[in-house]
Amino acid sequence: MEEKTLKDMKEEEIRKMEKKTLKDMKEKEEKEEEMRKLELMLSNIEIKGLSNETLDGIKCMTLYTDIYIVATDSNQVFNAKMYSKYKEFHNDYLNDIVLPHLRLHHGEFLLKEFETSWAHYSKVIHNRLHLYFRYLGRYYVAREKLLNLNDVGNRCFIDLLYEEMRSRVMDAVICLINKERDGAKIDRELVKKVVNVFEELKLYEDIFEERIVAGTKDYYSKKASLWISENSCPEFMLKVEECLEKEENMVRDCMKPATEQKIVSEVEHKLLVLHSTQLFDKEYSGLKKLLEDGKVVDLARMYRLYSRVHDGLQHVCLAFKNHVTAQGMALVRQTEIEVNKHVVKNDVGALQNQQVHLIMEFIKLHEVYLSYVNDYFQSNSMFFKVLKEAFEVFCNKSIAGVSPAELLSIFCDQTLKKKSCDNDKSTEDTIDDVVKLLVYISDKDMFAEFHRKKLARRLLFNKSDSDEHERYLLTKLKQKCGRHFTSKMEGMVTDLTLCQDTTASFTDYLRDNPDMNPGFDLTVTVLTIGFWPSYKTCTFNLPPEMLRCVEAFKQFYQTRTKRTRITWLFSLGTCTIVGKFEPKTMDLIVTTLQASVLLLFNSANRLSYSDIKDQLDLPEEDVTRLLHSLSCAKYKILKKEPDTKTISKTDYFEFNSMFTDRLKRIKVPFPLVDDRKKVIETVVSDRRHAIEAAIVRIMKFRKVLGHHQLMSECAEVLSSTFRPDFKIIKLQIESLISRDYLERDSKDHSVYRYLA
Amino acid sequence: MKRSSSRRSGVSSSSSSPGSCDLLRSGSSKAVSKETERIDQLFYTYMDKPSGMIDPEGIESFCSDLEVDHTDVRILMLAWKMQAERQGYFTLEEWRKGLKALHADSISKIKKVLPDLEREVRRPTSFMDFYSYSFRYCLTEKQKSIDIESACELLSVVLGYLFRHQVDKLVEYLKNQHEYKVINMDQWMSFLRFCNEINFPSLENYDPNLAWPLILDNFVDWMREKQNGSLGLKSF
Repeated sequence: MEEKTLKDMKEEEIRKMEKKTLKDMKEKEEKEEEMRKLELMLSNIEIKGLSNETLDGIKCMTLYTDIYIVATDSNQVFNAKMYSKYKEFHNDYLNDIVLPHLRLHHGEFLLKEFETSWAHYSKVIHNRLHLYFRYLGRYYVAREKLLNLNDVGNRCFIDLLYEEMRSRVMDAVICLINKERDGAKIDRELVKKVVNVFEELKLYEDIFEERIVAGTKDYYSKKASLWISENSCPEFMLKVEECLEKEENMVRDCMKPATEQKIVSEVEHKLLVLHSTQLFDKEYSGLKKLLEDGKVVDLARMYRLYSRVHDGLQHVCLAFKNHVTAQGMALVRQTEIEVNKHVVKNDVGALQNQQVHLIMEFIKLHEVYLSYVNDYFQSNSMFFKVLKEAFEVFCNKSIAGVSPAELLSIFCDQTLKKKSCDNDKSTEDTIDDVVKLLVYISDKDMFAEFHRKKLARRLLFNKSDSDEHERYLLTKLKQKCGRHFTSKMEGMVTDLTLCQDTTASFTDYLRDNPDMNPGFDLTVTVLTIGFWPSYKTCTFNLPPEMLRCVEAFKQFYQTRTKRTRITWLFSLGTCTIVGKFEPKTMDLIVTTLQASVLLLFNSANRLSYSDIKDQLDLPEEDVTRLLHSLSCAKYKILKKEPDTKTISKTDYFEFNSMFTDRLKRIKVPFPLVDDRKKVIETVVSDRRHAIEAAIVRIMKFRKVLGHHQLMSECAEVLSSTFRPDFKIIKLQIESLISRDYLERDSKDHSVYRYLA
Repeated sequence: MKRSSSRRSGVSSSSSSPGSCDLLRSGSSKAVSKETERIDQLFYTYMDKPSGMIDPEGIESFCSDLEVDHTDVRILMLAWKMQAERQGYFTLEEWRKGLKALHADSISKIKKVLPDLEREVRRPTSFMDFYSYSFRYCLTEKQKSIDIESACELLSVVLGYLFRHQVDKLVEYLKNQHEYKVINMDQWMSFLRFCNEINFPSLENYDPNLAWPLILDNFVDWMREKQNGSLGLKSF
């Protein structure tokens, strides 16, 4: 019995196991069947129908459901497979349909195909696939953190078509762009569309921009070499300007804004930078020639173009400077030659004319080139600077020994003497020009001193055309050079204004004190010492008539102020003398000294040189000059024995009763002593004092200073007035050392120490 | 002209060569006073009785006894050792000071010690002092500068044996130029620096933009013109 049970049990077990196994097997089979089904389903998900425009609605549903079933399968095995299937679908489409199409086409058609393929792919195909596989995307992809379904589409496109896009597509784009550059009309919309594709793919910078810029580079490299050899400088620049405009236009129209700068800088580099030397140095049309011929439009264009390029204007600037300097130097040399001719002939008038002419030329030159900088070089400060430097070079050249400071003062003198109704320019404008030129002259103190001398002459001999103009010039000078520059001169002008008051009071005084009245019309100009240049005073025996005048005024002046002491400057006065000549009575306008000589002949008909000299008590050279002006010059008021051209101490003089002239009133000229040397000496000695004062001031402040620093600080401090000679500074330092104001440091001989 | 007393102490403390002993050396006071006596005696032999100093005549006989010319640089060196204030005269103090420092109390001893003195002077540290002393020595009461002639002579004496060529040329220049009539201390000192620092006769390391006195700038220009001969074309 038991044997049976065991057997039974075993059988039962076996049967159970068999059943189980069978069940399992069945399950497994079922499962496998299911798998197979799914697999089949998966593989059946065709993409062939995807490219169709219209899809069967039922087919869609079926597809979606199939995918859903596979996706929701509890096994999860299929998810990964589905994902790859998804990718596979994309790739297959691209490989089977897109790529072959692209490969079939070229040029513009390629681009069209490219654009449409992408459009279809991204909008239609991809969207459909995405739609079907959406369930997968929602859960599996998100959970596993895989590339989301949207991006998979782009990724597949990029991976498969990268090379194609980079090479063939971009070649086509560049070709098209170059066609436009060459002048043809192209389909810009197409380019825009292609740009959009790249943007959507986020490959704009990597592929499109990079290749476009490279293409631009190549294109313009070739063009540049061609154009530079074929065209003149202005023609070339015109082309460049046009190109830049076109490029900017095109980029703004078709591409992203960031690309503009890159393309433009490539164009600039290839056209403007690489060949700039060749361009500027062109023999018949280069930079130098443009400046010489005054081709301002071209110059303005050159400025516009090269101001775009970093450091592009250096060359232009330098050429401008050299040109202006050359022009100025040519003027200087020309004038020097002319002046030397006149010096040889001793033609003073012509000499002065030449000198004045030079200044006028300088002014004209300045106007012209200032307008260049303002109008054509857009008031660039670099150009102002080189204009200044250029002028400083030739404005400081002496002409036949006459310094430019003096030349300018001569010009100034003439300008202020002239009547105001002059040709084109108003006097004030001319004054402005003078001040502008003065800025360039380094010896400003020399100008100041010459001007002061000439101003004195003008004021005293009433040669100045207008007080206002004198004041205007002084105001301008004060603005440019500081108050100390014009303080003395202003004092001079003020003195003259005050003189009117004094004269009025004097007239009143004479009216009130008739016994003091000398009987002549007397005008006295009172000058404040210090403002006016120093004049030589000489002892001199006044004729009695004049003595009375002097006394009268002296008395009058005492009533005004007890403190001031008057010194009379007879050499500066003028006198109107009535000459009773036999033909007719004439008025002679002479200087006070000349008048004194003539008055001597009221009491004696014939006088010797020594008589005259003794009676007047004047130095010999003055007597000689006086007599010469009255007997050997234009008007022979006195007869000289012997009748030679020069005065000698043994000569005799007689009143020339037969003297006459066409006019009733003549001015007998008295040539001035050439005090140029004196002016220069004054300036030089003033400079020494200024240098010394500057050194002391600097050393007092610094206490200890090295040689170089002292020299440069000194030059700096004085630069607004003049440019000190380093030798003179050294000399003054040594002088200060020997007077124990400074000492050399015992250890370092180039260091100076201030001694309190 | 400032005279700092440190100079004097500098002189005495720098002397350490044989034959120039410091006054403060310890020794029997008897020996020292004996020495002083002999020094004083020597002084009295040359002294000019009325003034109580050795005057130029006395110096002349002193020099002839020494068998040294009175224009010889060694006399100047002796004066320096004595720190004599007035050219041509020695006071008793100065005499004592100098001879004691030299440890010489008779003519023969002085003669022997002269070479050592020369060596001492030529040492760079003392030479600078000697050089500036020699200038001051030639100045009279109120003067601050020496006339050109005397300066040239002094240069020859003081620097001649060290810098023969430079001194010859410099003297030639100074005698020929007209801008300077006298030489002051600053210029004097610069001559020594010039000889020490500037290569001669090439002068290539001379830079007029440095703080050299103007007289040397002019001297260098003059030298260069002479060297260039008639082709004195300067580019700037």
